[in-house]
Amino acid sequence: MFLTTLTDLSRLQFALTAMFHWIFVPLTIGLGFIIAIMETYYVRSGKDFWKRTVKFWMNVFAVNFAIGIATGIILEFQFGTNWSNYAWFVGDIFGAPLAIEGIIAFFMESTFFAIMFFGWNKVSKNAHLTSTWLVALGTAISAYWILVANAWMQYPAGMEFNPDTARNEMVNFWAVATSPVAVNKFLHTILNAFVLGAVVVVGISAWYLKKKREEEFSRKSIKIAAIFGLVSILLLIYTGDGSAYHVAQKQPMKLAAMEGLYDGQNGTQLVAIGILNNKKFKALRDNDSLGFELEKPYVFQISVPKALSLLGYRDVNAFVPGINDIIKGGYKYKDSTGNYVTAQSLEEKILSGRIAINALASYNKAKNAGDEDGASASKKDLQENFKNFGYGYLKESKDIVPNVPLVFYSFRIMVLLGGYFLLFFILTLWLEQKEKIGRCKWYQNLAIISIPLVYICSQAGWIVAEVGRQPWTIQDLLPVQASVSGVSSSAVLTTVILFFVLFSVLLTAEISILLKVIKKGPASN
Amino acid sequence: MIYFLQHYWWTIVSLLGALLVALMFVQGGQSLLLGTARNKEEKMLLVNALGHKWELTFTTLVTFGGAVFASFPLYYSTSFGGAYWLWIVILFLFVIQAVSYEYRSKKGNILGSRTYEIFLFLNGMFGSILIGVAVGTFFTGGNFVMDKMSITETFKPTISYWANGWHGLEAITVPFNLLMGIVVFLAARTLGLLYVIMQIDSDSLKAKCKSQVKVTGVSFVLLFVILLAALFTKTGYSVNPESGVIAPVPYKYLHNMIATVWPGIMLITGTVLVLWGLGTNYFSSGKHSFYITAGGIVLAVWSILLCAAFNNTAYFVSNCDIQESLTLYNSSSSLFTLKVMAYVSLIIPAVVAYIAYVWRALTRKKISNEDLNSPDSHKY
Repeated sequence: MFLTTLTDLSRLQFALTAMFHWIFVPLTIGLGFIIAIMETYYVRSGKDFWKRTVKFWMNVFAVNFAIGIATGIILEFQFGTNWSNYAWFVGDIFGAPLAIEGIIAFFMESTFFAIMFFGWNKVSKNAHLTSTWLVALGTAISAYWILVANAWMQYPAGMEFNPDTARNEMVNFWAVATSPVAVNKFLHTILNAFVLGAVVVVGISAWYLKKKREEEFSRKSIKIAAIFGLVSILLLIYTGDGSAYHVAQKQPMKLAAMEGLYDGQNGTQLVAIGILNNKKFKALRDNDSLGFELEKPYVFQISVPKALSLLGYRDVNAFVPGINDIIKGGYKYKDSTGNYVTAQSLEEKILSGRIAINALASYNKAKNAGDEDGASASKKDLQENFKNFGYGYLKESKDIVPNVPLVFYSFRIMVLLGGYFLLFFILTLWLEQKEKIGRCKWYQNLAIISIPLVYICSQAGWIVAEVGRQPWTIQDLLPVQASVSGVSSSAVLTTVILFFVLFSVLLTAEISILLKVIKKGPASN
Repeated sequence: MIYFLQHYWWTIVSLLGALLVALMFVQGGQSLLLGTARNKEEKMLLVNALGHKWELTFTTLVTFGGAVFASFPLYYSTSFGGAYWLWIVILFLFVIQAVSYEYRSKKGNILGSRTYEIFLFLNGMFGSILIGVAVGTFFTGGNFVMDKMSITETFKPTISYWANGWHGLEAITVPFNLLMGIVVFLAARTLGLLYVIMQIDSDSLKAKCKSQVKVTGVSFVLLFVILLAALFTKTGYSVNPESGVIAPVPYKYLHNMIATVWPGIMLITGTVLVLWGLGTNYFSSGKHSFYITAGGIVLAVWSILLCAAFNNTAYFVSNCDIQESLTLYNSSSSLFTLKVMAYVSLIIPAVVAYIAYVWRALTRKKISNEDLNSPDSHKY
């Protein structure tokens, strides 16, 4: 049955809290920088108009910031409460970025937040401006370290497995902190937050224009946000390309799910728009091998020839493995050392993973018995097979295939909306330049509708990243079922319900307060 | 080297824990929302005075959690994953705090300002008690079994389990833990009262707090002394750093305090500072009572937390099998990680410096109604 196992419920709880958290955090990050830019205008010009503008957006920021903190602490605690095996298995690596995040970023945010909101009369203008920039910077630094940790889960680097402690241990901090996946993930995520903040500012300002209120405030806010948004979306698209490249190299199954690609080929096409044949995925899940073979992958599709090979491998003729290929193995790919090797089948990987796990058990027994030769032989087996350690917990092919329809459609929603926002910011700036923005009703409605769209786009991105890497908490090394705590399903179900009710109430309150703040408008400042 | 770094990180984690207890004056202050601050004006002043500082406490809690995870991940996985309900309840109490300041007085907050005040009160009272209970488990242990090699059991690879269905809630019924919880709450409330006296420009609230601090402060000191007596007569568990064998030792924490010297000096100094701080409030203007008392509490709590693990002591005892207890040696991160984080910890003085600057800037002037109603104020 759906969602009855401890693992499913723990995943649901984490997904729920992460998705709620990600409603608030990108606005905090994006708006933080936009406010800092506006306050810079205020300090340089000395005009009260800018102070009033800054204070209005700060009110929006404050309401959002509080609930972002509330949902953030749950994520940190959950690593221990719900994913305790994971917490030990990777704590040596994951804990350090988290601690650095706390020491450097959280204190910076929370300390200067106090000056930002309560310090207008208590510190100089420049000290206040510095505080506002430091809050914005703090949000970005915070995002960096948590994304370093997330990126490590997708691409474990800079570590070695220690059989004596039965965990992964960091051996190269810089390899963890500056892994290409981490840097790209940070840039992609923070630029997404910038775009989201910009769209929200444009959307709210457009509402004032529609209501024929606050024209100067709205137009200047729109101008700053749209320039900020346009630069961000261009860079976001660039880093999106980087993300696709890294996924192709490090997580081929995720790429196959993103494309609904079951059978790979040289010069693979990129599906621009398509409808999946869900029967194929269902047959895979039901272990119906005949049905799986007979069903076609798509009901309908429009594709760009060779584009996936180009995006994923920078070569129009490159072979892109599909889900079937990854399960069966046998294709050639370039490994981390740059050499071409033949991919192992899933069966081989599971066997190798079990050898690794058994070798760890034998190593421990031999060590306890004082059998150094036995320990040495087991350690050798473990090291040779460790890259497949996590596969030892899996049983069959469906275990390594993520939810293909969810990843496929989320990816398309993200990309299409990303393209839309590029056009949206260009249109916004063009209308503002032509001084038509105050009269153009359809644009104003479009800008307001864009607010929920940007949230959908942002959440879809995370679904691709996180659902796409299933079943792994740590790619190839630890699947979700080996990561959970030893608590009962009913306990987790209870907390899922409690969190859901609490978050829903708090989200409703937040939206209600924000609507009041917006309705009241900047004039009240 | 790893021996030094394990102790260094326990020192840092203990310091964060001690700072957290002192910064929980915010929670103590919140507990005044029901019963002490009676009218709308007093509540507004109280919430805003505490509201300038609540995030600092919250951030210290989050950083404390992060630092424990980073330096002693086995404690994080064993305690959080096992004592599930205890931590989840604490978590809930802090989640409702985080939104209450910002939402309480805002139009459209759905639940009404009274609900958010109750949230703040619940966090202030039970949040501090339960954090104290959780700290108490450093001395009383937990009902867990732990075996790292369980990771090789492919059908059930969880390395630690709680051995009862209460999942941590049973810790509240342990008298020592409960006493620790009440002492932490009384410390927080005493500091909360002293903070209000120092920071709020309201004669009526100040008079009430002055009168209450006499009872709360004395109760805190008395129960703290009882707690110390209970702690020093307790049997602790010693670990042989070479073999890892764990064995009970009567009066272990008293031995630790004497053997390690510095914690003993810190405890005596901290106690003197607390008495001095409270005394200045009783017998003189009490201008600096808050800072002196807070300093004393930091030193006292820090010393007690150091005693929990220093001098080869198991700091989280398994009541199911003491040989599975957690010590600094079997639960820490690797030498490399501890070293990297030790470099990162060199930033802490800079962090403390800017926190001090901001604290000073915001507490130079008492909070008054005029201040809250000024055009530039951000009112909670």
